[in-house]
Amino acid sequence: MSDRAAVITFEGASFSYGNGLVAADISLDVGAGALVGLVGPSGAGKTTLLRAVLGQLKPVRGRVLVGGTPVGRTIPRRVGYVPQLESVDWHFPITVAQVVFLGRVSDAGPLPWPARRDREEVMTLLERLGIAELAGRQIRELSGGQQQRVFLARALIRRPDLLLLDEPTSGVDVRTRQEVLGLLRELNAEGITIVLTTHDLNAVAATLPELVCVNTRVVAQGTPEEVFTPDVLRATFGSDMVVFRHDGLLLTADAPPHVVDHPHHVHIHHTHEPTEPVS
Amino acid sequence: MNWLVDPWRSGIFVRGVLGAVLAGGLCGVVGTYVVLRRMSYIGHGLSHAVFGGAVVGYVAGNSFYLAGGLWGVLSALLINGVSRTRKVGADAAIGIVTTASFAVGVALISRGGRFTRNFEAALFGNILGITVTDLWVLAGVALAVAAALFFLYKQLLFVTFDPEVAGAYGVRTGMVDAVFSVVLAAAILASMRVLGVTLIAAAIVTPAVVARLSTSSFSRMLGLAAAVGIVTGVVGMYVSWYADVASGATITLTAAALFAVVYVRTLVVGRAGRRLAALTDLEVR
Repeated sequence: MSDRAAVITFEGASFSYGNGLVAADISLDVGAGALVGLVGPSGAGKTTLLRAVLGQLKPVRGRVLVGGTPVGRTIPRRVGYVPQLESVDWHFPITVAQVVFLGRVSDAGPLPWPARRDREEVMTLLERLGIAELAGRQIRELSGGQQQRVFLARALIRRPDLLLLDEPTSGVDVRTRQEVLGLLRELNAEGITIVLTTHDLNAVAATLPELVCVNTRVVAQGTPEEVFTPDVLRATFGSDMVVFRHDGLLLTADAPPHVVDHPHHVHIHHTHEPTEPVS
Repeated sequence: MNWLVDPWRSGIFVRGVLGAVLAGGLCGVVGTYVVLRRMSYIGHGLSHAVFGGAVVGYVAGNSFYLAGGLWGVLSALLINGVSRTRKVGADAAIGIVTTASFAVGVALISRGGRFTRNFEAALFGNILGITVTDLWVLAGVALAVAAALFFLYKQLLFVTFDPEVAGAYGVRTGMVDAVFSVVLAAAILASMRVLGVTLIAAAIVTPAVVARLSTSSFSRMLGLAAAVGIVTGVVGMYVSWYADVASGATITLTAAALFAVVYVRTLVVGRAGRRLAALTDLEVR
């Protein structure tokens, strides 16, 4: 939990889509300037928490505050959101520049085309993200990393204080994942609070400064060192996992049967340094 | 070239072409949003709902446009509302609401035992019997739809492309959907006398699909869909005039033939593009 003023606060909030609770009694603070990863299995409620911050899902109990104001009828203005790329219709006839400009729609004038100031801002942002030359391209023609940058640009054109990303590294290759994470760290260093969801414990979650483990409730919150324990991971994912250090990296893996029977015995071949189990 | 000019000496043909141009352009533009929202079935369904309303209006002594229009708008809003709950999909909502409306019309006709020329025109279209009033209604609706789409262009684009994020970014998605429902119902109502309940879905879907296959730009797709609707309307009218076949059918078949040509061209160009990419070792995604 951050010592700085909370940008996001969940106060005993529970959420439902109609058939039972998908997230129950969530109490959570995300401090200003934090870079937080929400981890948990599919259906754990990670995306639900993002939707609640966006005001798209109201809690059936408790409340959600963004910048100290309850999220309700008014949608938080300085929040950027990057959805899962899997949800995007890549065949839609729309260009990179048009997608980015959509982030400005609620602030733009009544005319169909963007004002000169908006066009300039779109291009400045695309240049900053290294994709200015792709402005006129249809979104399907881009690589995975370029596509992720386009939707990041659409969120950034709102000049957000808070950036929410749903599985930003899902389905991308190693290089793209590293590019995206590097970009997010840059933005975070500029003062933008970032909350992202991820399934990837080793390549993404373990590299973030702060994690929240979720499985319809908050299981644990803290640094990777604090929350990556066999007990927390078992409570989060419902299965036995081992945690160990290798070459200075904190790593997790599914527990093989002999480790499940003897949880303190971990044997890894071909390591450069002794592999130490973390209890 | 007399064959091109001769039909224009007939006032019936002139009114028919004007009706086909207005209805083709209107349905092409509206159809762009319908196709991109993957709701192609709604044109077919709403035209049936409007027909039911028109029959109710006739029995109650009200005008075709007033009763059919009100019924169509209410049906569109009902479909929109039911599908937004996510408990019933949009396709199921369209199926239930519109067939129930159509059934009301059929029940009233069978009970009254009368089937007027108006109903026949509404069912099968009668472009050669189009009146000056019908043309004024079409022109008025086309203008109103153009104005609505102009001022809601960005919001409609956002809601069509990414409704979830549009809502999160402050676009009033409920209002945008409601306005589009009214626009769609008005376009269908105004075009129904020209093309008929049974063929109007083709006028909405086919030009938009042809345009989609031909461009990757949204604004160009809008213009191209309108142009395809207009051109197939005019060509279909000539075919109808000389082949002595119902004009709604010839317009629909002209559009279908154009779709077939563009679709085959897309397949050939796509295959050639993949071969070229393989030869030059480029990645085609």
